Amino acid sequence: MDGKQHYTERYSRQISLPEIGISGQQKLKKAKVLVIGAGGLGCPVLQYLAVAGIGTLGIADFDKVDLSNLQRQILYTTDEIGLPKTQCAKKRMLQLNPEILIHTYAFQLDNSNVWDIINDYEIIIDGTDNFPSRYLINDACVLLKKVLIYGSISRFEGQVAVFNVTDSHGAVTANYRDLYPEPPAMNEVPTCNQTGVIGVLPGMIGMMMANECIKYITGTGTLLINKVLLTDMLQYRFLEASIEPRLETKKLIPSNRYAFEQKNYGVTCMEQIEYKNINASEFNQLMKQSDTIVIDVREPGEQPIVTEFDCINIPIGNFKEAIPFIKENTVLLFCHSGIRSLIAAELLTGSHKKIYNLKGGIIRWKPSH
Amino acid sequence: MSVKISIFGQLTEITGSELELSGIKDSDMLTQYLYERFPDLQHKSFAIAVDKKVIQSNTLLNNNTEIALLPPFSGG
Repeated sequence: MDGKQHYTERYSRQISLPEIGISGQQKLKKAKVLVIGAGGLGCPVLQYLAVAGIGTLGIADFDKVDLSNLQRQILYTTDEIGLPKTQCAKKRMLQLNPEILIHTYAFQLDNSNVWDIINDYEIIIDGTDNFPSRYLINDACVLLKKVLIYGSISRFEGQVAVFNVTDSHGAVTANYRDLYPEPPAMNEVPTCNQTGVIGVLPGMIGMMMANECIKYITGTGTLLINKVLLTDMLQYRFLEASIEPRLETKKLIPSNRYAFEQKNYGVTCMEQIEYKNINASEFNQLMKQSDTIVIDVREPGEQPIVTEFDCINIPIGNFKEAIPFIKENTVLLFCHSGIRSLIAAELLTGSHKKIYNLKGGIIRWKPSH
Repeated sequence: MSVKISIFGQLTEITGSELELSGIKDSDMLTQYLYERFPDLQHKSFAIAVDKKVIQSNTLLNNNTEIALLPPFSGG
């Protein structure tokens, strides 16, 4: 099979659609799409855009994979906990489709750095999880004339829209501020961390976002332009509401790059993971440091018994109560296979200690000794 | 004259997911009425759609008008 046949075969099911065809596939290949936020929405968006053959994909996310992400962030696996999301997402996407180009931005996007990054892409996908970022991205897309595919979720409900499309007459369609002119007050709207979210919801909303992206690039179908689609997956309520671009909205958006970069959007680093997963040799190095304690969070008497180094035993069920008694500044945690110690690491987060989790647990450490 | 209101997101905790009201002439009167009946709504932001159009200024309501209250979501 030569390269060209191979290429056609990978995408053959979508090329057979008259709405896409070879020319549509070429448009997908030429497209440059930036996905901001590689979380609940970002994962399905990235997964489907990668396999659809979008030629250049950008992934922006400053966060690391956390155990509580895995219920919905389907690009990541349990043994990637603690690793940067951009790195894990890129690896997985290239396994799915090695024919695409992926750029990663593993830092917080704010108005000091977002301009040049957004400017390199033609479509921006907002999968962020906070209002400051959403307004920042919207305003940058308006100023840079980029199409913005928007999705947001809460518990069982989601919203999807395509903002800021310049039509053939040069008129620009509605943006996020035509729907919600100003951000709500801080803490008025709870986050998914506070209220919870069903895992399939970002999957469904993310796939609608990917669908809009593919339709936009290939010029197919009817897009959610000047509209927002609301979906309630608990009761299956769907509502498509139209939005009008308004002159008043312009006054809310900075007039140029300088004003944009001066504006205070209040983007701050969200909760960072404060522990690190380490391997056996890092573990052995770190335990020699001063002001360091090694804690076995297994039940007393669990096999294998550790005699090779000094440690104290605090079973995971008693761990929370024991935290105030941990005086050392560096804490090395281990258990049988590295899952319970991860829970202990999360319990310790916020304690201002240096926290390390032995990845794979003592069973992976033991064979090397 | 009656109007039907569908409520989305966290607002349903305050109002329930549907309301049917009569004697409401326009959208300003509607929000006034809702704020009085559900004081907690005063601290919530939401867009209002009248017959599937998001409105930004006072809008007349006709018989059988369908209204939706759409709070912003931040989650991703």
